[in-house]
Amino acid sequence: MPDQNLWKPSCTRAALAARAAFYRSIRTFFAERDVLEVETPLLSSAPVSDPNIEPMQTVEGRWLHTSPEYAMKRLLCAGSGDIWQLCKVFRAGEAGRRHNPEFSMLEWYRLGWTLDQLMDEVRDLVRTLFQPRWAELPELRISYDTALRQYAGLDVHNASPEEVAALGIQTAGQDLQLGRDGWLDVIMSHLVEPALPQDTLVFISGFPASQAALARVARAPDGHLVAQRFELFFNGTELANGYHELTDPEEQRRRFDNESRGRPVDERLLAAMVSGLPDCSGVAMGADRLLMHLTGSPAIADVISFDWHRA
Amino acid sequence: MANYSTNEFKSGLKVMLDNEPCSIIENEYVKPGKGQAFNRVKLRNLRNGRVVEKTFKSGDSLEGADVMEIDMEYLYTDGEFWHFMATDGSFEQHGASAEAVGETVKWLKEQDVYAVTLFNGAVLTVAPPNFVELEVVETDPGVKGDTANGGSKPATLSTGAVVKVPLFINIGEVLKIDTRTGDYVSRA
Repeated sequence: MPDQNLWKPSCTRAALAARAAFYRSIRTFFAERDVLEVETPLLSSAPVSDPNIEPMQTVEGRWLHTSPEYAMKRLLCAGSGDIWQLCKVFRAGEAGRRHNPEFSMLEWYRLGWTLDQLMDEVRDLVRTLFQPRWAELPELRISYDTALRQYAGLDVHNASPEEVAALGIQTAGQDLQLGRDGWLDVIMSHLVEPALPQDTLVFISGFPASQAALARVARAPDGHLVAQRFELFFNGTELANGYHELTDPEEQRRRFDNESRGRPVDERLLAAMVSGLPDCSGVAMGADRLLMHLTGSPAIADVISFDWHRA
Repeated sequence: MANYSTNEFKSGLKVMLDNEPCSIIENEYVKPGKGQAFNRVKLRNLRNGRVVEKTFKSGDSLEGADVMEIDMEYLYTDGEFWHFMATDGSFEQHGASAEAVGETVKWLKEQDVYAVTLFNGAVLTVAPPNFVELEVVETDPGVKGDTANGGSKPATLSTGAVVKVPLFINIGEVLKIDTRTGDYVSRA
């Protein structure tokens, strides 16, 4: 007997209205700043390379995008200038209280900008969007190694692999047989994130070079190699992930080959980068997560018209 | 038993963890944007009631636990086992060890019905109803006229349990007891 209530939305009408107002604010924000709104295909010929993200595939063999990053970078290579996009993205298996396999992402790119400039803009946008709920939002910018030292008592640059694993095992309650980055993910998500100050926009930057994804790697002032990447955390959730974008096509191909694990590599992105990706910084934000905070909703289903179980 | 993957974890699911039957209380999916996905899971050990928190890699699985909860009527004890019979008309009987009966021994009355948890066909735990009615077998004589105000005294019930009761209670009276707190509620 099918559940007779599953036709009903998972959110209230007030949440629908909150989303509509939220989208209007985003459009106004970027229009005032002369950033061009664009649309790129949801179905592409090549999948994401990130081994921790599982793309979905259609019967025609097309891949549902997991973020609009590759196509937006091809627009940048073609001379689009500053661009932004709000779109649905798809990630297999990501279902939970704060995850829906189909979700809305806000992504934008700024030519010639540093990560600090981009963090300023992210802060300004979030402050604008959160205005109805938080009149003033303080911000905190700390480095990855400071965050781990302060909130997990781990000296990430000098800790041996065994020390990292020992703290990870203690935190997880069992040995999950992870590599160093996997244990750092446990420590970050279980110890650091919940301990960050509340009602504060917390930008963490300077991630380990091994967690660079599509960001540049550079030497920090203390001499350590770090990814030119930041994440924004707010009240226990991750809201945004920004990069000073890698523009070197050969380095990009090496990273793709390293992590693709048999998935086809996006040759069109690589060809675009050979033609030239301008120096830029870009950021992706979870729009549903922002809405959850804005409306005080504990679950992502509360801000989506029909969540995964009702879709 | 079937195996359950983390994406099938939900509250109430019975699984084996470190060879112990457990019930999942909470399951939270955690995924750093650029990292490994995990499930943070709270489980209650069904043998001793202890709650543990464990993190799993998303996609890992646990073996299901063959656990069943059925209503059974208490029959008698032979000194080593406490015997129960199913109330569903099947007349199925099980003997529970002292360890399985645990604290509930204080509230066992013949013909009363208890929630018996079976694990692999053997009694794992016995839970009493929230309220039981038991007779007082020993207490100081009742104080006449004192029906409302303060004061209490110990009383031994037919099961051997000792509870605090108001001063006016006498031997032979049947009392309603809250098994969750061990407190006297009223005369039955």
